[in-house]
Parts: sequence; structure tokens; C-alpha cells
Amino acid sequence: MSVLIEVDRLTKSFGPFIAVDNISFSLKRGEVLGFLGPNGAGKTTTMRMITGFLSPTEGTIRVCNNDVAKYPLQIKEKIGYVPEGAPLYGEMTVLNFLKFIADVRKIPNSKLDDAIDNAVKKLGLELVLYQQLETLSKGYKRRVGLSQAIIHDPDVLILDEPTDGLDPNQKHEVRKLIKEMASTKAIIISTHILEEVDAVCTRAMIISQGRMIIDKSPKELLMGAPKGSTLDDVFRDLTIGQSEVKK
Amino acid sequence: MNTIFSITRREINGYFATPVAYVFIVIFLIMSGLFTFYMGGFYERGQADLASFFDWHPWLYLFLIPAISMRLWAEERRNGTIELLMTLPISTSQAVLGKFLAAWIFTAISLILTFPMWITVNYLGEPDNGTILASYLGSLLMAGGYLAIGSCISSLTKNQVIAFVVTIAVCFLFTVSGMPIVLNFFSGWTPQALLDTIASFSFISNFTDLTQGVIDIRNIIYFISLIIGALTLNVISINSKKGI
Repeated sequence: MSVLIEVDRLTKSFGPFIAVDNISFSLKRGEVLGFLGPNGAGKTTTMRMITGFLSPTEGTIRVCNNDVAKYPLQIKEKIGYVPEGAPLYGEMTVLNFLKFIADVRKIPNSKLDDAIDNAVKKLGLELVLYQQLETLSKGYKRRVGLSQAIIHDPDVLILDEPTDGLDPNQKHEVRKLIKEMASTKAIIISTHILEEVDAVCTRAMIISQGRMIIDKSPKELLMGAPKGSTLDDVFRDLTIGQSEVKK
Repeated sequence: MNTIFSITRREINGYFATPVAYVFIVIFLIMSGLFTFYMGGFYERGQADLASFFDWHPWLYLFLIPAISMRLWAEERRNGTIELLMTLPISTSQAVLGKFLAAWIFTAISLILTFPMWITVNYLGEPDNGTILASYLGSLLMAGGYLAIGSCISSLTKNQVIAFVVTIAVCFLFTVSGMPIVLNFFSGWTPQALLDTIASFSFISNFTDLTQGVIDIRNIIYFISLIIGALTLNVISINSKKGI
């Protein structure tokens, strides 16, 4: 299977503070990578660098075999991204917003209706199409954020806490959607919810203080741990241990 | 090019989806009317021209244009939508141009809506309509200058109030740089050539030349290069935030 994301010795510092410290990994089509880690671990910063919103201090990122630093626009065409908090233009209606995204993503007119229909159906937005984004509930906003990310059927999906603010049923729906798309894309999601990793991810990467501590499948993560422990226990062991070592 | 227009269209629709557009246009029309008739003495002058209307434009723009430009980038930063925008396949220059054009077109709409003034003066007398057209062109170019400066400053902060106040301050300097308030500060210790250069940066003197009905290419070049310069800085400022 083809490698879609290659991250090589990625480092990002903000002044003296090192947010991401020498992270390398690669991701193939069909893989779903879960970024785990405490708040401020560097998950969002890493995602922002892959999507080209921030430039790395050191290291390279290749998406679909192109260097992000050299071909930012070509790469942005291949990526669907839900930024943290799924920011949206509040004064637009859902439909106009999706049309704008489709327009900028250069979806040809002949495919426009299908693309929008598809994104709307997958996220269940039929009832709110003509509503202003700022009047929507948190759950709907999040789903609009997801629908704009998949409207152009990208090879790479980067989702920063995609299920944050959703109720259990909606969470279930979004996870189902991610699983459905998983075979044709490379997906990175960041999350605090460990059961989510178990449910959708083929790989789990734990990041703490900018460093990658572990990169395994969720099953392997559990295997090394004492019998009967959950992913939560493993996570706590790893990240608490880490911060104590630092002190 | 299409990408630029997509952004422009979205922005303009955004103005009209909120009360911003209507409030601005109404205030702009009322203020320009007040200035023309009361402070400009439109009737008292007894002349069939729109000088008393256009003479106040630099001062009107000084406070109203920063109100449009302050949100251009500061709001995107505050709401986080800048992350959405800049991870779409859009280059920074396209985004900057698209937003600037939207604001400029919006100002043009407000300016066109002052047409009753033009009808009035044509009803009352026989003005030189060529001069009036040149003045409108000059006014639009000057508005572009204010907007470009405002857009650039808006990209430096996520606080719209700061963007507003700083833009007024910078625009004020550009507006009055041909006046004694600035020139007296420099005269006496700077060479005359520098003094002339500073004076030539003045919005008012470049604009006044155009309102005389003389379309001097130098005045047009002045405003266009100011717009290009400010927008270039705008692009640089946005790109530099990627690195931090």
C-alpha cells in the first residue's frame, strides 16, 4: 500500500519552548492513526504543520510524495482538515458555506451537486442547510466542519478532536463514518477519548511534551500492560511516568 | 483568479448577511450629506460643483474605512477561521487580494450610492461632470489606499479595537503629511528634498489634484503603488506568522 504521509524528524519551537520534538512516522493508505496525549503535548501543532498552517522549525513533511514546504497548494488540495474547535464562518448558511468550500476546492460544476449532497448526507445535515452556522448547536457545527473536510474526497484526512462536543449517538455516527472511509484514505485523528482509539484506529501514537513515546496498534498497547488494565491505565502510566521523569 | 473571486464573493455576501453593511452605508451617506451641506456650505458657495462634497472625503474615510478594514484579518484570527482559510488550497496573496477587493467593492457601492448628490448639483446648475467623475475616481483610489493600510494593520493583531485605533493613527499621518502639522516638525532640520517627499505622500494633496479635474498619472500611480505596497506587507505579515 502506498505511503501517503511521511514525517521526518519534525521539530517545532516557539521561542525557547519546544512544542514538537523530533517526531518521525509514516502513514499508509488504509491506516487510521490516533494521536493521543495530554493537553499541550504537541498534537495540534503537529497537525498544523502537516496541513501547512504552520511551518516546521526543522524536519520535513511529505504528503502524497510532495514536500509540504515546496508545494503547499498542491498538498492542501489532497488534504481534508478539521482544525481544533472546527472554526466556521458564522454568518454563512450551511449550504453557502459548503458551496464556498467546493468552489475554492475547484470541484467542477458538473460534480458540485453530487459532492455537496454526499457531504450533507454523510453528516446528516439535511435539516439545517439553510440555517446560519452561528445558530447551530455545537454538535451540528462539528459535523459541518467534518463535511467541509470530506467534500472533495481527499486522500488524507486530518481531524483535530473530531468528536469533541458530540453526544454519544453522534460520536458513534462519526466513528462509523471514519471507519467507512478508512480503507481509501490515510487518516490522522487526535483525541482524548481512549475508547475512540480502540474503536477506529489501526495505530495509536502517544505524544507527551512534544515527543513520541509510543507508536503501536491499540492491541499491542494493551499487551504490554498488566492483565485487566484498560487503555486508560496504559495511557496514564505512560504519560504520568513521563512528566515525573522530567521533574 | 477564480479563487480570488470566490473569496471576494464570500466576503461581500458576509457584509450583507450582517447589519455591518447597512449600518455603514447609512452612516456614510448621512455623514457625507452633513459634511457637504453644513460644514462644506454647499448652498452658500453658490457654485455648481461638488467640491464641498469631495473635500470632506479624506476625513470621512479616516474614521469610517478603518471600521471596515479592522475586521478583515483580526476577526479571522480571533475566530480561528484563518486556520480553515489558510489550509484550503489558497495562496496568501490570493486571500489578501480577495479580501481587499471585497472591501474595496463594498466602499465603491457606498460611494455610488451618493449619486443623489450628483443629481442635485446637475439639477441646480451646470457642473463640469468630467471633474466630478475624476473626483469620484480619486475618492475611490484614496479609499483603496486607506483600506490597504487598514488590511495590513488588521493582519498584525487579533484585536479589532487595536486594529481600528492603529489604522486611524497611521492613516492620519498619511492624510495630513502635506500639512503644517507634520511639515513644521521636519522643516528647519531636514533638507528641502525630504520635506517635499514627505509632503508628496499626502492623501489630501494627491486627492485634491484629482478633484481639480486633472487626471495626473502621478497621483494615480501614487495611490496604486501605496495599495500594492501595503498589501505586500500584508502578505508578508501573514506568512511570517506561520514561522512562529
